[in-house]
Amino acid sequence: MSNSSNIKHVAPPDGYSGEGFFATKLSEVVGLARANSMWPLPFATSCCGIEYMATMAATYDIGRFGSERMSFSPRQADMLLVMGTIAKKMAPILRQVYEQMAEPRWVIAVGACASTGGVFDTYSVLQGIDKVIPVDVYVPGCPPRPEQILDGIMELQNIVKNESVRRRSSDEYKDLLNSYNIK
Amino acid sequence: MLKKNTMSDLLLVPEKRFEKQIEETRKNDGIELSILNLGPTHPATHGIFQNILLMDGEKIIDGEGTVGYIHRAFEKIAENRPFYQVNVLTDRLNYCSSPINNTGWWLTVEKALGIEIPKRVQYMRVIIMELARIADHIICSSVMGVDTGALTGFLYVMQYREKIYEIYEEICGARLTTNMGRIGGFERDWSEAAWRKLDEFLEEFPAVWKEFEDLLARNRIFMDRTIGAGAIDAERAISYGFTGPNLRAAGVDYDIRVHSPYCSYEDFEFDIPVGQNGDCYDRFCVRNAEVWESMKIIRQALEKMPEEGGFHADVPEYYLPPKEDVYNNMEALIYHFKIVMGEIPVPNTEVYHAVEGGNGELGFYLITNGSRVPYRLHFRRPCFIYYQAFNEIVKGRSLSDAIITLSSMNVIAGELDA
Amino acid sequence: MSLTNEIVQQTLSQQFTPKVENFHIEHDMLAFEVKQEASFEVIQFLKEHTEMNFNFLTDVCGVHYPDYEQNRQFCVVYHLHNWMDNIRIRIKVFLPANKPEIESIVPLFAGANWQERETYDFYGIVFKNHPQLKRILNMDEMESFPLRKEFPLEDQGRTDKDDRFFGRTGPNC
Repeated sequence: MSNSSNIKHVAPPDGYSGEGFFATKLSEVVGLARANSMWPLPFATSCCGIEYMATMAATYDIGRFGSERMSFSPRQADMLLVMGTIAKKMAPILRQVYEQMAEPRWVIAVGACASTGGVFDTYSVLQGIDKVIPVDVYVPGCPPRPEQILDGIMELQNIVKNESVRRRSSDEYKDLLNSYNIK
Repeated sequence: MLKKNTMSDLLLVPEKRFEKQIEETRKNDGIELSILNLGPTHPATHGIFQNILLMDGEKIIDGEGTVGYIHRAFEKIAENRPFYQVNVLTDRLNYCSSPINNTGWWLTVEKALGIEIPKRVQYMRVIIMELARIADHIICSSVMGVDTGALTGFLYVMQYREKIYEIYEEICGARLTTNMGRIGGFERDWSEAAWRKLDEFLEEFPAVWKEFEDLLARNRIFMDRTIGAGAIDAERAISYGFTGPNLRAAGVDYDIRVHSPYCSYEDFEFDIPVGQNGDCYDRFCVRNAEVWESMKIIRQALEKMPEEGGFHADVPEYYLPPKEDVYNNMEALIYHFKIVMGEIPVPNTEVYHAVEGGNGELGFYLITNGSRVPYRLHFRRPCFIYYQAFNEIVKGRSLSDAIITLSSMNVIAGELDA
Repeated sequence: MSLTNEIVQQTLSQQFTPKVENFHIEHDMLAFEVKQEASFEVIQFLKEHTEMNFNFLTDVCGVHYPDYEQNRQFCVVYHLHNWMDNIRIRIKVFLPANKPEIESIVPLFAGANWQERETYDFYGIVFKNHPQLKRILNMDEMESFPLRKEFPLEDQGRTDKDDRFFGRTGPNC
């Protein structure tokens, strides 16, 4: 163990501890485990993708938040980071990638273009990816600074930690997916 | 033996065309070909463009690319935005080296309006353009390393790209999409911190770049992967319209900064690195050598920088006057109003201006008709023009060669589709 | 002696009048117009003639002029570049609105392939004998040609943006 004094210890979740055991709610443990090992699928389309490369690199290091392995296969990824403009030609492909992801899955829309279409209010650009897939966190910016992208990921970690384990089978979630016609 | 494609075959979606060829080879030769979709989202394609390849095992027989997955209609937007707002669009062309695109746009507008730029401003523009070129080549070369499996180089030199971002922030406030400059110069003078960071960068970066080059340039594995892959000869390259490092790797020393100098490039001495075979290894080496040349140019510009000249030309109709004048002087108030509303005096003219971007000749063809917005603006995008040759270059090579060729050509999706 | 704008203009006028006309110099670049039928032979002459030597095709693009007369509505603009003598030249070919067709120059310059597809995609200008004339940047199913002046910039079906906040009212949309 390190002897330095500037390490901040995070409090454990509420629970009952004794000799060699710690009892707490299942959802707390599952939330903690999921939040600290989110594997991203970097769906980088344009300029925000370059800021993501800077976030991946050594100065801002997304690896310390648990996202050490970038999974380019949707089946092995937890969160879909959509970075950059999505044109209408690309929208069906984005949807296909989202549908291939296994539950539990989350989506972060990074940048103004993915959130609402950004500067490009034109005939060929999709005005926000929430027209085709449900989104959990929106990160504004054009492009957002790496700190902002990390803030978005931390926000998502908060959501994941506090999510109920029964969410994916709840009626609300099913209605949400139905509104997008996602099976 | 594949039958030649008929005209109507080529208009089909590539998969259908290839399915016909697969049927044929199965019947005639007994060989089973397959279709591989190097789809729009793929870790190796930096940016989204699709390639449908007809493969015989690992060998590529034929292929067709589909682009347009990030078509944002820049040219249509530019017909509806005043000149200052078009600068925001040019950032997002080759977004790894935005200052070059910005400066190219301002040089085009200044040519159309007939504005003279003071020497000091020209030298400052040269410095920022060369810094952007270094940033672009850092990404391209380090990502070539990543695609062959060498992640260390990328992580190491990206830290110095962060230093370049800090310099951009001191000058214009943004890291990546800089929106830098105004008609006639820069929006504010460079702070003392910007000059200091520039000096620090020039001191520290050469050692870092040398280490990065030593990591890959004579590395047995890297050389075996890249030598011979994706070669193109000079004749074919010129016919396709290649420019920039891809053309210089094929042996042709065409560089717009030397051929038709703009923005005082004729005052600087630098070499044009040239390759021999036009393959991936030559492109890698040419880009690395260009970084050394860019650092040389920046040092010369810093030494020869004139003291006088300010940071913008004296063109009150086009450049926002300082706020003290706006509040005290009637003329300045009127100019301020007209510039902000976009009602600047624009002649009826057509102009084409090209700059040497990170990937080659980035051209702007502007037609004005006296109104506050361009009548037609066309971007001559180097990536769009040389990516056509990709399928011809990789015919007959293996799939891994195709991946490394794609990353060595430095195809940036923003410039491909515009 | 090296090539200059005047020599190019003289040679072209001698060889091709009345198919070429309206020579003028804009910002040091020679620009002229060519009739629709003669575009391929003029460009071939410029490329292959021993004195002209325009070896590089810089750019192909289209322009829509809805205010000009009916047989000059569309324009295809070629920019060529002679590397040896550093001369650039701009060729404009005006096409009628009802039949915007022009001969493709892909046999001369391989790089014209995608650029002509882009011009077709944006304006609907048909390039005869082009090896693969289909849309490139827009979706294949799109029916209209978006860069024509009458086509609106914004997607008319979008519901999340209120045009009044952008100053876009009916008449000035």
